Amino acid sequence: MTTANETAVAKYRNNFLKEVEATVEEGHWVKMCMQCGVCAGSCPFGPHWEHSPQKIFMMIRAGKRDEVLKSDSMWMCTSCYNCMVRCPRELPITHIMHGLANYAYRLGLSPKGQPNQAIAKLFWDSALKYGRVNELKFSLAMYFRDGFVQGVKNALAMQSVGLGLMKAGRLNPMEIISGHTCKDTSGIHKMIAKAREIEDRRRGLA
Amino acid sequence: MNAPANKFAAYICSGCGLGDVLKVAGLEKVAKTEGKMAVIKTHPFLCNAEGVKMIQDDIANDGVTHLCIAACSRRAKTEAFSFPTVAVARANLREGVTWIVAEGADHDEVRQEMAEDYIRMACAEVKKLILPAGNKKESSSKKILVVGGGMSGMTAAQAAADAGYEVVLVEKTGALGGFANQMWKRMPFNAPHAEAQPTGAVELAAQVSANPKIKVYLNSTVAETAGAPGRFAIKIAQESGSISEELCGAIVQASGFSTYDIAKLPELGGGQQNVVDQAGLEALAKAANGGPIKRADGKEVSSVVFVQCAGQRDDSGTHLPYCSGHCCGTSIKQAMYFKDQNPDIDTVVMYDDLRVPGMGEDFYRSAQTKGVIFTKGKASKVTGGDSCNVTFKDLILNEENTIPADLVVLATGQVPNAGVELDEWNATATAADSGDAAAIEKKTALQKISVLNMNYRQGPDLPQLKYGFADSHFICFPYETRRTGIYAAGPMRRPMDMHQATEDAVGATMKAIQAAENASLGRAAHPRAWDLSFPKARLEGCTQCKRCTVECPFGAIDEDEKRFPLFNEERCRRCGTCMGACPVRVISFENYSCDSVGMQVKAVNVPDEEDEKPRILILACENDAYPALDMAGMQRLTYSAFVRVIPVRCLGSVNTVWITDALGAGYDGVMMMGCQKGDNYQCHFVKGSEMAYYRLSKIGDTLKGMGLEPERMQTYEIAITDAARVAKLINEYVEQLNEMGPSPMKGFG
Repeated sequence: MTTANETAVAKYRNNFLKEVEATVEEGHWVKMCMQCGVCAGSCPFGPHWEHSPQKIFMMIRAGKRDEVLKSDSMWMCTSCYNCMVRCPRELPITHIMHGLANYAYRLGLSPKGQPNQAIAKLFWDSALKYGRVNELKFSLAMYFRDGFVQGVKNALAMQSVGLGLMKAGRLNPMEIISGHTCKDTSGIHKMIAKAREIEDRRRGLA
Repeated sequence: MNAPANKFAAYICSGCGLGDVLKVAGLEKVAKTEGKMAVIKTHPFLCNAEGVKMIQDDIANDGVTHLCIAACSRRAKTEAFSFPTVAVARANLREGVTWIVAEGADHDEVRQEMAEDYIRMACAEVKKLILPAGNKKESSSKKILVVGGGMSGMTAAQAAADAGYEVVLVEKTGALGGFANQMWKRMPFNAPHAEAQPTGAVELAAQVSANPKIKVYLNSTVAETAGAPGRFAIKIAQESGSISEELCGAIVQASGFSTYDIAKLPELGGGQQNVVDQAGLEALAKAANGGPIKRADGKEVSSVVFVQCAGQRDDSGTHLPYCSGHCCGTSIKQAMYFKDQNPDIDTVVMYDDLRVPGMGEDFYRSAQTKGVIFTKGKASKVTGGDSCNVTFKDLILNEENTIPADLVVLATGQVPNAGVELDEWNATATAADSGDAAAIEKKTALQKISVLNMNYRQGPDLPQLKYGFADSHFICFPYETRRTGIYAAGPMRRPMDMHQATEDAVGATMKAIQAAENASLGRAAHPRAWDLSFPKARLEGCTQCKRCTVECPFGAIDEDEKRFPLFNEERCRRCGTCMGACPVRVISFENYSCDSVGMQVKAVNVPDEEDEKPRILILACENDAYPALDMAGMQRLTYSAFVRVIPVRCLGSVNTVWITDALGAGYDGVMMMGCQKGDNYQCHFVKGSEMAYYRLSKIGDTLKGMGLEPERMQTYEIAITDAARVAKLINEYVEQLNEMGPSPMKGFG
């Protein structure tokens, strides 16, 4: 059985730009970059990325598929939207970064253990399961991500914040047992499954 | 002008506060006793209707022929004080005196002395002025000669014909259209600037050929250009060997460009199979006629790389040092040829800086939308052959990389077809005259390159400014060249695309029409377009030194058979550089001469040493320095009241006799203010300020001979915006002279 990645490679062969256009959210904008570098200069995380958006776009055009998809650069985006409001060509850079990250994840190429990726996954898992994010379970899942001992340590470190939230009525400890969900969870599950099916078909990831 | 009938009148204005700070009675007295004016009148508001009427009445009823108007600067109230039937001198009492001398009673004395000196100077000047009679020529031709039948030339011809002028169009090949005939499509001229367009050359050529006002000579060249604006005698050599003659009023040269030779770029694959220049790609696209573009070997192109700046923007001195401006847009257009035919063709434009002037940014975006890939990189090596490889440095990713391609297009630049380079020509011609066989051969070869074959003393073609382009000053005077009545249009003036070239052509045509019209009225061309005077030489005093013929920035002066200067007044711009050059001072204008300025220098009252009032003469270029001085007044800046300013047409017109006269008469210093010279010159007469600096650099010995310090003569480059700087420079110089002490010549004058 071929992996999604092998299918994509075979389909687009050497033309990574076309692959990005077809499969990445807002990917058709990549060709419009004029390499001015304003995004790279605007990013508050600039020094911490291996590749700035400008370079990512250039690498896509240069067909550097593996380097782009295995990069952790787009996972570093904090969605501050600085690049996007400043881009003279009005590229939706933030969205493209998330689109690339998502695509890399779907192909199984994204860097393992990338912390932002782990958080994103926990967030969406919760949202998809309950139809909303269960903040208590999401937080605990994060604390215990690296094992029980580390989880207890994390929880204790955040103890005062948790108590404060409880006092203010912003956190219900009973949520850990059942937790409130949206009205029709199974309906939500079906809806999301259908949406995913449609999208995956369009992106060739089925 | 009949001398005994001359009647001199002085009109003094006491308005604008002049009467409050100056003793008008004193001024009147100076005009009477020293200026010897026959009529002296003072008016509280000279430029109003009543004041002007008073002057007009005196001219009409009282026989006044020469006016001395003592009021504001000659640059102010020009419409009110326009008296075209009499000679006028202006004493600048407002901007030149009351506005710039420090306020207060402490300065009353020097202010009054300054004003009185300006009255003396204006009275002295007006006596030496003759109202220029002009030289209207009814027979003057207004026909426009256009040299070159490409897009620029055809557009110029069409524009002139549309404006109602007869046109002669000379094209050396057998068809109109020029380079556009080799092109498949052109960049868009209009919104939305998204798609390549048909060139329209065939349609324009048909229009031009059918236009009854345009006479087209195909397979023809200009064998000789003689004469001057309004009377250019053009010999047109036709293929048959016959020579036609045409009389033209002005010339538009639109001789176009050649492509830079791709063979000079072997490292980028020049000369190899499947590596072409942009012209080569146009030919392939034309052959494909909208179908798949095929290489010379017949293979359909499925991948193409455009290498920008090939042999351009080169700082090693091997290739073109400049950017040709159009090539980025052209490559974008050519990449679209492929994408429009088949979007799956890989098209890469490899650029260093993508330069798309005008609305080209939209065109660039359109190509990106079509999927053209733009790579910021510098190609170092291209191998030709069946599959070409372009090795380049990716300037974003900072790494070496290689792209394979079926076809590589090199964006080489434009080389102007501006004719012969004059320095080379003159050196060759001199050597040929002395009988050097190689030089004679070279001269014949150069003559073949020449576009205009002018019989001017200064050489057969337009002077070139930079890199062989026949430009003059591209910001201040586009289309102007250094040959009056000959205007440059299109890529022989500066590198450009087709849209710019057609706009250029219309601009140059308008200038040409203006020149032909001015010539028929006996008037100068820009920048003294109203001027009816022209240089006259007292040839009996001429020593045939040839300085005037060599130094004229516009090639207006030839030599007659007796080797005397032969003035072509229609070519003259009235800068006076010849007048400044003449060592025996035989050249003068009716309203501007060695005497008209010299007498002003002498009219100034130079105080004795013990008065401790130095006198500094300022000779200020009327184009930039004099307006800057006026503006210093308008801004109420103050400068020393010890200076006396005389405007000159150009620093090039300054005759050194004025300086030696001034210093001999006891002036303590002379300031010369002209425009910036050198490569980035701002001189309105191109070479005038440069010539002046050159001449004045040699005056030091003369000053030493007079026992004077060389610092008593200073030159300055003043721009029109330098109002504050000029006031500061004056005050600093006065300070410097105070330290040096009074001129030792005082009392001998």
